[in-house]
Amino acid sequence: MKENSVGLVKPKTFHVDEPLHTVSGSVIPAYDLVYETYGQLNADKSNAILICHALSGNHHVAGYYDGDEKPGWWEHYVGPGKPIDTNRFFVVGVNNLGGCHGSTGPASINPETGRPWGPDFPIITVKDWVVSQDKLREHLGIEQWAAVVGGSLGGMQVIQWAIDRPDRLRHAVVIAAAPRLSAQNIAFNEVARTAIMSDPDFHGGRYLEHGVIPKRGLALARMLGHLTYLSDDLMGKKFGRELRDRLKYNFDVEFQVESYLRYQGEKFATRSKFDANTYLLMTKALDYFDPAAEYDHDLSKAFARVQAGFLVVSFTSDWRFSPERSEEIVRALLDNDKNVSYAEIESQHGHDAFLLPNPFYEGVFSAYMDRVAREVGA
Amino acid sequence: MSSENRTLSPEFQLISSWIEPNSRVLDLGCGDGTLLAHLQSARNASGYGMELDPNLVIESIKNGINVIQSDLNKKSLLDYFDEDSFDYVIMTQALQVVDRPDLLLDEMLTIGKQSIVTFPNFGYWKNRVQLMFSGRMPETETLPYHWYDTPNIHLCTFKDFEALCAKKGFEIVRRAVVDQQHQTSLGMTLFPNLLGQIALYQIRRKDRSNG
Repeated sequence: MKENSVGLVKPKTFHVDEPLHTVSGSVIPAYDLVYETYGQLNADKSNAILICHALSGNHHVAGYYDGDEKPGWWEHYVGPGKPIDTNRFFVVGVNNLGGCHGSTGPASINPETGRPWGPDFPIITVKDWVVSQDKLREHLGIEQWAAVVGGSLGGMQVIQWAIDRPDRLRHAVVIAAAPRLSAQNIAFNEVARTAIMSDPDFHGGRYLEHGVIPKRGLALARMLGHLTYLSDDLMGKKFGRELRDRLKYNFDVEFQVESYLRYQGEKFATRSKFDANTYLLMTKALDYFDPAAEYDHDLSKAFARVQAGFLVVSFTSDWRFSPERSEEIVRALLDNDKNVSYAEIESQHGHDAFLLPNPFYEGVFSAYMDRVAREVGA
Repeated sequence: MSSENRTLSPEFQLISSWIEPNSRVLDLGCGDGTLLAHLQSARNASGYGMELDPNLVIESIKNGINVIQSDLNKKSLLDYFDEDSFDYVIMTQALQVVDRPDLLLDEMLTIGKQSIVTFPNFGYWKNRVQLMFSGRMPETETLPYHWYDTPNIHLCTFKDFEALCAKKGFEIVRRAVVDQQHQTSLGMTLFPNLLGQIALYQIRRKDRSNG
């Protein structure tokens, strides 16, 4: 077994047998949430951490599945002795509703029709995720999370948790997030959606019933997304203008960066079998996220009743969710005299930096989580 | 001295004694957070530290304070805080390294009702002696740098600082001087600009004196 890892893990399923009334006005009569846990819940159930995933993430945060070489998506930050130390915390990773890794989503069978939900699956918002994740909290018998933690779209869920369920979390760790998307962010998402929906294999979202998947559209959406997660600097360093062979003066893949992007797109669409409808749904959840909207579009007002202590982290080269966006969150918390610490991490890895090793990021994250652990006696 | 004071420098102890209990405090260039952590526990203060150095940000978090990483040479305090957000805005041993101390002091006294500022006194006799007799920029215990690598780009004497305060309309509420061991003596009280190595000032805007 790999060192400093939670080791072999198995997902569990929690069936919620009560309807979810979504923000979009739909009703999901019942649903499954797939989740994983690492570490031990202590006697007074005070050491639980919820980890919220980003656009293409899932409940497999750390550890390995039997026969699998690749660990969970946040293996570097979750495990024994790591910033989220599974020797001290009970860690919960959950696949969001609408996902495609086991939780009920567009690829699941709609009990009313006996067919996959497909495009009929209700639009899910970040608020709906908090409601569903709160059901899991109750199911696990946890009064209050020691912390809710997430990066990117995961960080947005953390913000929503702090606003909608102020007494259910002691701490909020918001990494590489933003209080709402910019027009440019929404535009990127729209291009990704257009790529998927214009694939001839999309069939209006009913591709499963046609026995196909819109691979090209999905790969293209991923290529675009991936591009926005990296920094110009890093791509320059990693690929430069390096060629695979020599210039041939045609439209084949000639530059290494083209080859890399195509590989990322293919891997996502084919090997990881990410569901195209889920991708559409997740990008919509991102677009709709705007917690201030309910509070006269004033983020400071939205944070007025927040009780959690905040750690906000950004990365210098992240242009998708830049440090300035994180500072909007910080400023709104400062306006309310809330407990908040903020670190802007020097990194050349763009938005992806929140997943990657970085000594300063680890130092900040560990120091903060150590404080959380001491507070809850873990 | 209480047990938690044992490791606190006399400079910080003096500042702590100037802070009213239950105050809102901002500590600019808070270092490892020692002072604010002490003010939280000993004076029941609350507030934030600001620091640029990544390692010191980590130490501040370890010390249990709220710390905001920021470069005060690039950002305005008004980007973060409204007027009168704090009872005290403290800055220890950092005035001389900022781009425009005069403008920063203005901001400090906008977001805070009062400020406490400490800095090394360039008028300290050893500095004067070195400059006068060796003709070279002084290198002393409080100013251990060479002229070419020093972060201290705006060194001043007590008199310089007080002249700036007068020009800006800042009232000096309290003043103290300490030596490198951060202790005071009779000589320093009589000839502060000559014998004091480190200056501590508590200032506020004159037009707020009665506020």
